[in-house]
Amino acid sequence: MEFLLSALRWIADPANWDPSATTPLPIQARLLEHLRYTAVSMVIAAAIALPLGCWIGHTGRARQLVIGFTGAMRALPTLGLLFFLLMVFGYWLSYDTAPIVGATIAFVVLAVPSILAGAYAGIESVDRTTVDAARATGMTEWQVLWRVEVPLGLPLVLGGLRSATLQVVSTVTIASYAGLGGLGRIITSGIGLNDYDLILGGALLVTALALLLDGLFALAQRLTRTPGVTDRRPAAARRPRRSPRPHASKSA
Amino acid sequence: MIEFESVSKRFDDGTMAVEDFSLVLPSRQTTVFVGSSGCGKTTLLRMVNRMVEPTSGRVLIDGEDVAGRDKVQLRRSIGYVLQAAGLLPHRKVVDNVATVPVLTGTAKAKAREAAYELLDTVGLDRALGKRYPAQLSGGQQQRVGVARALASDPNILLMDEPFGAVDPLVRADLQVELRRLQQDLGKTVVFVTHDIDEAFLLADQVVILKKGGVVAQAGSPAEILAAPADDFVASFVGADRGKRTLHLRDGDGGGKGRTIVVDGDGRPIGVLADGPADGAR
Ligand SMILES: Nc1ncnc2c1ncn2[C@@H]1O[C@H](COP(=O)(O)OP(=O)(O)OP(=O)(O)O)[C@@H](O)[C@H]1O
Ligand SMILES: [Mg+2]
Repeated sequence: MEFLLSALRWIADPANWDPSATTPLPIQARLLEHLRYTAVSMVIAAAIALPLGCWIGHTGRARQLVIGFTGAMRALPTLGLLFFLLMVFGYWLSYDTAPIVGATIAFVVLAVPSILAGAYAGIESVDRTTVDAARATGMTEWQVLWRVEVPLGLPLVLGGLRSATLQVVSTVTIASYAGLGGLGRIITSGIGLNDYDLILGGALLVTALALLLDGLFALAQRLTRTPGVTDRRPAAARRPRRSPRPHASKSA
Repeated sequence: MIEFESVSKRFDDGTMAVEDFSLVLPSRQTTVFVGSSGCGKTTLLRMVNRMVEPTSGRVLIDGEDVAGRDKVQLRRSIGYVLQAAGLLPHRKVVDNVATVPVLTGTAKAKAREAAYELLDTVGLDRALGKRYPAQLSGGQQQRVGVARALASDPNILLMDEPFGAVDPLVRADLQVELRRLQQDLGKTVVFVTHDIDEAFLLADQVVILKKGGVVAQAGSPAEILAAPADDFVASFVGADRGKRTLHLRDGDGGGKGRTIVVDGDGRPIGVLADGPADGAR
């Protein structure tokens, strides 16, 4: 308990937020780095996994192949992958680009399976008779995807993004092993200096950031809920209903 | 005119749903497919708008093979009421009705206005237009499906058991309304039902189907009743049970009463009037 209070006092200490503080401080610099690595990795992973997931969900093609492949991706230990990539890229790339490229790829590999699974599960979850009817009224395949499957599958798609974000934001901590910044840097310095305030304070910051991002996603899921799908009956007749949240996707 | 030319459909799992089916469906008339479950009615209907592609044979609309038409354009030009209403759950009822006009570029406000009028046509309160499909009963949803099919004012209407979940009173209203629409606007209607009475009520041409889309008999209701092609047809239309056999019986009251008509079980169902019927079609 004493450790915890001390770490909280460390976080609250304005001196640690002073822009002129020495490495691994100030806190906000590491926090921003942490967010930046997370955001960049998530954007790249989403750019790969969302279109692919929608395509699989819509056409039902290549499903087994991709599930098998992403299953294997999930099994890769991110830290091991990071060291491997650092080795490979250290050989090909310059001293300062290798770590960022290697780390980003490792985080993208971490994020892709969850986003992909959310995307295809979301699209596939849409009632086939609804999709059939949409097609029968003369929607093009593109319109079926955008006007029917995506809006109806959105909760699961967002669920995938949500769990991927959670995994990435906590794993970005290991970027410091590649000599990069982020909150992990505070923790590694703490370990080096045997300073529990740094170790625990850094860990608490990572946790807080993860909870914050998770909360934002929860909010987004709530805001994008399709009214016709959740309110099955007029308010008067509505029975107390179970939470319509999509079955929470597995997080790491 | 819709023509089926020796059409067959074998699904991927090997099910032979329709085998060598040929039929001409005249323009501006109602053709009703009747037959027991699984005999291929839905499959036949969906070949017209290419929701099902025949394995062999051709389907022609006004002499043109539908296989050569663009699927999307073809479907937008044909009204289709699905067996399961198939409404979009995330769109309000009016927007469901306005689906096709909006797809083809009609301004949203205008399409909605027309959609509200169609709700009147199918006997739904306009207030329901603002609800989501899940907030309607099954019968109401079916009627929204009918309104949606009418929205683009198509020449051809495909209706797959559109009144199955509607109660008998409203169903009778809708049948009359459909008959009127079809006659006034000259639509070519292809209608699927399990209900032989509904078939006789609506049809210019009744097609009684056996498993595999085999035509047991096709003809006007009068032709089928007058001369059922075989025992299957006779039992299907209820002729064998005396259901359709009517008898005349003099009313009681020593010659003062009128002549009444009784059914096969002797239950009175009406009185005999002089002269021919006026509503002859
Ligand atoms: N997509 C499909 N794949 C495989 N078999 C199918 C498919 N669709 C229909 N069938 C089969 O084809 C046959 C005819 O089906 P269809 O839906 O045309 O029957 P139906 O006459 O409309 O029946 P119902 O009155 O129950 O609606 C059935 O045996 C059915 O199981
Ligand atoms: Mg059917």
